[in-house]
Amino acid sequence: MEGAAANGRQGPGARDGASAVSASPARPDQAARPGSAAEPEPAGYPASSSRHRPGDVPGLIGPGHRHRSWRPGPDRSWRSPLSGPAGALRCWSARAFGQVRARWHQSLQLRVVGTTLAASALVVTVLGFFLMQQIAGGLLRNRETSAVSQVQTVRAQALNQLNVNASPGASADSLMYTIAKDLQYPQADGGAGSGYYVAVLAAPDLNPSQPVRGWVYGANLSSIPQALLQHVQAAQSAGQDQVYDEPTTITFANGGQAAQPGLAVGVPLDSHYQLYYLFSLRNDLLTLQLVQRTLIGVGLALVVLLALIASLVTRWVVIPVRQAAEASRRVAAGDLDERMRVQGTDDLAVLATSFNEMAATLADKLGKLQDLSQVQRQFVSDVSHELRTPLTTIKMASDVLHEARDQLDDSSARSAELLHGQLERFDALLADLLEISRYDANAATLDAEPIDICDLVRRAADDAQQLAERRGARIVFRLPAQPCVAEADRRRVERILRNLLVNAVEHGEGREAVVSVAADRDAVAVAVRDYGVGLRPGEEKLVFDRFWRADPARARTSGGTGLGLSIALEDARLHGGWLEAWSECERGSVFRLTLPRVAGANLEGSPLPLGLDEVELATGAGALAAGLPVAMIRIGGLLSMDPDPGDGA
Amino acid sequence: MRFMRGRVLVVDDDAALAEMLGIVLRGEGFEPTFVADGDRALEIFRNSHPDLVLLDLMLPTVDGIDVCRQIRAESGVPIVMLTAKTDTVDVVLGLESGADDYIVKPFKSKELIARVRARLRRTDDPAPETLQIQNVTIDVAGHSVKRDDATVSLTPLEFDLLVALARKPRQVFTREVLLEQVWGYRHAADTRLVNVHVQRLRAKIEKDPEHPEIVVTVRGVGYRAGPG
Repeated sequence: MEGAAANGRQGPGARDGASAVSASPARPDQAARPGSAAEPEPAGYPASSSRHRPGDVPGLIGPGHRHRSWRPGPDRSWRSPLSGPAGALRCWSARAFGQVRARWHQSLQLRVVGTTLAASALVVTVLGFFLMQQIAGGLLRNRETSAVSQVQTVRAQALNQLNVNASPGASADSLMYTIAKDLQYPQADGGAGSGYYVAVLAAPDLNPSQPVRGWVYGANLSSIPQALLQHVQAAQSAGQDQVYDEPTTITFANGGQAAQPGLAVGVPLDSHYQLYYLFSLRNDLLTLQLVQRTLIGVGLALVVLLALIASLVTRWVVIPVRQAAEASRRVAAGDLDERMRVQGTDDLAVLATSFNEMAATLADKLGKLQDLSQVQRQFVSDVSHELRTPLTTIKMASDVLHEARDQLDDSSARSAELLHGQLERFDALLADLLEISRYDANAATLDAEPIDICDLVRRAADDAQQLAERRGARIVFRLPAQPCVAEADRRRVERILRNLLVNAVEHGEGREAVVSVAADRDAVAVAVRDYGVGLRPGEEKLVFDRFWRADPARARTSGGTGLGLSIALEDARLHGGWLEAWSECERGSVFRLTLPRVAGANLEGSPLPLGLDEVELATGAGALAAGLPVAMIRIGGLLSMDPDPGDGA
Repeated sequence: MRFMRGRVLVVDDDAALAEMLGIVLRGEGFEPTFVADGDRALEIFRNSHPDLVLLDLMLPTVDGIDVCRQIRAESGVPIVMLTAKTDTVDVVLGLESGADDYIVKPFKSKELIARVRARLRRTDDPAPETLQIQNVTIDVAGHSVKRDDATVSLTPLEFDLLVALARKPRQVFTREVLLEQVWGYRHAADTRLVNVHVQRLRAKIEKDPEHPEIVVTVRGVGYRAGPG
């Protein structure tokens, strides 16, 4: 708390019970500000650097307060351990991520499109995998079936040839080579990939020195996988003629061709030879790759299209929603004629219709309220007239009686006096009530014109002066030499000042009331200080309440209506100004009025402090509360003080 | 100085107030005449030739503002309005319809009498004096104003206002000073009185009331006769 820190710094003049409150609604946090009112201001109007801002930290006297208060800011000497390009990159990416995140949360469209993109990409990927699997499997199965049937056909032919032409031995071997070559002939395409290669192998037991002998045209014998060889071998040994197949890689003897994927099919030919076919799957692979590429392309296009469609569809929804948001914003800003366009009968049309109905209802209700306010204003005006006319007659009659009281007997004369006095009070009360109800009905208008506030202070003081003389008090002026012109409503500002001055004299216990005026570039301030009993802590909050009195017992003796400060506060607010109170028990109070130089302009600070002035702070005690002259305190330093100023009660 | 012995026409529908006004006025030596109805106000005005009219703003049938306009259309007799409304709109409307002064209910007898006297006060034999501002000539004793030899008809109040300004050309008068000199207010009163009457005066004597040359506004201070 700023206030607590301030109190701690004030040394001997510790101000328990000190409190101040801002009556201005905009500045509820105003701290007590023992400033330096009489410190000579530089020539001309000081700029904002010497402003007494509500919330300034009250400090020791001295030039310190002229400087802007130090504000703890980010320590720029600190360096991130992530310095260098890596740090910068991380920093950048973090920022980018933050932005995207923010966009993501802001834009419904982005969220819908993003989600659609992610979901459709997932679905398309899964579907693509499944499709590829199916196609590849189907292709392979087809090749397998056709290969097996082809091999069975060829086996029959080969067997036939074998039976007709030869017996086992070398001649049979050459025959086998011929068969292999013949069988292959129509299909050997020199590696184009669509064909097959035929191999005929002699069973290993025919010639143990050569475990595998075979004849193949084009491809390597090693292309036949070992597993297939074993299967076929087993089948041959068992005397079966089962066809086996295995996937393989076809390699070529002369290295002229790259290896190709293939399907190896094998079957025993008779008890001595085995027939193998090596089907090239190169073309199938190419087909598969084509299908895969097509699938990927189509999938990507599909995802993008889906995202586009989602974006478009969302726009259909989002645009009317944005329009609705914009329309609501305008309605909220007071433009009650704002309506949405209704198209069709869909959900969005329903939204637009409901919105329009809402706006219409609002406008209707507001209109009714305005009518009510108008009625209220009219009522106030009528009551004003209706009450005032009979009151005028009563007042004039009372005047006549009062004038003639010398000719009446004692009790009648006293009655005439009482009637006269109470009518004055009734009159003031009625006037104040009407003024307050005018504010309540928002019917108060500002007649602002440029006026010298010092002028108004002198004029308002004329009235208070008479009261001060009766009370043996004195009004001290601290007015600047140059005029302090502000745009103000003469009648209202004069009323505020008269009220503050009369209050200061009335509650000043016969001590002086000091009225100070100061101005800067944007504002003019008047502070009225009294050295009376002051207010109890917390009561500054209450002084502006209607019919509130510090001491209920005083109500009957002092003449106020109890509405004066409430009206003064409203008057100040009407100008865009502040009216604030500071008070301390036994040390008196300060009421400060701050008005913007241009009516209705925003106030940022006041040219005058709200609280003890520099003399009081210098002595560090409420010497002035004892009514001692300022000069004495300055010379004498610390005088011993009567703890109770004793106003004679 | 000749005070009072004047005839006062009281236009007020409130019988009690009218009677009370009568008592107070008679007590001060005035001769009151009464009319309670806006309709008949003009007729009674013509018959009674009052020196001053006390006019309540709220009247049955014809509004006080209209009565004021009707009277002002044919006479410059001082009109003091009685009003319960202090809002600027109401006050300015009343003053613009031709009233010289207004007094807010509830008022004191003394206040009323002071206003009535201030409006009736006339110096009996003003010294022969001719004032000149720009093309406007003022014959103070003869109570006439001419602009380029054309006579301008001013009400007594407008005349007083113009004379007050013209006697000290180039001096700036604050509204308060004018209120004191022309209206006879001792204490500060409503400066709207001055504003409205300056407008009315300008409308009669200025070539272009929007750009006045005879009664010039000094911003933030007041008014002045003639250019600085």
